[in-house]
Amino acid sequence: MDNLMNLQQIIDQLNLNVLTDPRDFALIQPDGGYSSDLLSCVMAGAKSNYLWITLQAHLNIVAVAALLDVAAIIITENAQPDFATISKANEQGIILLLTPKPTYEINGKLWEMDIRNQG
Amino acid sequence: MCPTRTPTRQETHGRQGRSITDHDANEINRVEELSYDLKINEVMTAHMHITSPEMPLSKVLEILRINRISGVPVMTDNQLVGILSLEDIVRAMEKNELSAPVSQYMTKKIITVAGHDSIVKAIQTFTDSKLGRLPVIDENNKLVGMITKGDITRGILTALQKDYKEEEVRRYRASHLFEDIISDRTTLVLRYNIKAHDFTRGGNASSHIKRALLRLGANPQIARRCGIAVYEAEMNLIIHTTNGGILKLEVESHRITMSTTDDGPGIADIAQVLQPGYSTATEQVREMGFGAGMGLVNIKRCVEKMEIESTIGKGTKLVMRIHVPTENFNGRKDG
Repeated sequence: MDNLMNLQQIIDQLNLNVLTDPRDFALIQPDGGYSSDLLSCVMAGAKSNYLWITLQAHLNIVAVAALLDVAAIIITENAQPDFATISKANEQGIILLLTPKPTYEINGKLWEMDIRNQG
Repeated sequence: MCPTRTPTRQETHGRQGRSITDHDANEINRVEELSYDLKINEVMTAHMHITSPEMPLSKVLEILRINRISGVPVMTDNQLVGILSLEDIVRAMEKNELSAPVSQYMTKKIITVAGHDSIVKAIQTFTDSKLGRLPVIDENNKLVGMITKGDITRGILTALQKDYKEEEVRRYRASHLFEDIISDRTTLVLRYNIKAHDFTRGGNASSHIKRALLRLGANPQIARRCGIAVYEAEMNLIIHTTNGGILKLEVESHRITMSTTDDGPGIADIAQVLQPGYSTATEQVREMGFGAGMGLVNIKRCVEKMEIESTIGKGTKLVMRIHVPTENFNGRKDG
């Protein structure tokens, strides 16, 4: 099954704030999503090209995202990452998106947008 | 600086696709680099067709048409006296004066570039002068060639292709390491010193290891499993050890062995730390999302063999192994 939504549409519809360098988000089509603030759980649960929805905003999320090749990290409840985190994300090609909404609401909206995990 | 530089594809369209590899990053800067590195006389056309001031325009038109070029230098006694371009001929045609001599229609205001200059200089001159071709002169002011924008594009592409071939060769060499080096047992060892409580560099060694495995030709699934396992092990050194430890990766043609060793504090009850959800991490570390008690569980899931030895007060040794199918590293299956 193809997800019809690309990352640009997701950013627009959820009104996400792009923290990292701009790029052509329309070319990225996430395969699903995973939500957790526990990094080891993310390591186990998030597949490559998934969206990762979390409250964590510190430097280590970038390493996790890079090792897993996630499509983007959506940081919820306006947990603002610091400059070092954003620049490391840029260096590693990781997309950071920020929203004031809580994780639960973002999950629900993504599900409604048909971003559902396959398999 | 180069004020006339046109934006690169990345600048116009952003990064295409998800992540940018080191190789891509090199390539993007390389075009800019090349416009400074490449000299005009390396990309110019040295074999020129020339014309004299007396030649009738109709004859020059023939030269341009047959050789599919759009302009020629005009020479008298080995001296450059003008440039005649198709546009000049068009002006003559409008007046039906194709039999007129070159001297009547040629452009006498000559803007030249020096052969030893970088092509960035030619690009600037093209933009400033709005000309399509420029005569190239040597130190003695002697005409040595002509340069067009097409020559520059071709020159950059050729240089990039050369770079790319070299990169391919490097990649090939890395991925054939285990085939090319003959021994009874070849092992590549990568060692990383991990500092205790250094969260800012947490995951760096694991990223390097994953990248190294991909470069050596491991399949992405295996590189990913190793990356996850070694990340958990790396974070354990950062979170739990007294003085940090050593993270080691040993690659052989048939297996990958990852290990960590530290000198304390040691684990009292190994069975207990293997329980999912069991963690001794501090509240502060848990707030960062570590200490889920899933680290060793994750490692076990990713590797085929995991062994822990530990003595309180002495330290812990963790060994993780993954067997590699023969198609990885293009290696032979050792007997």
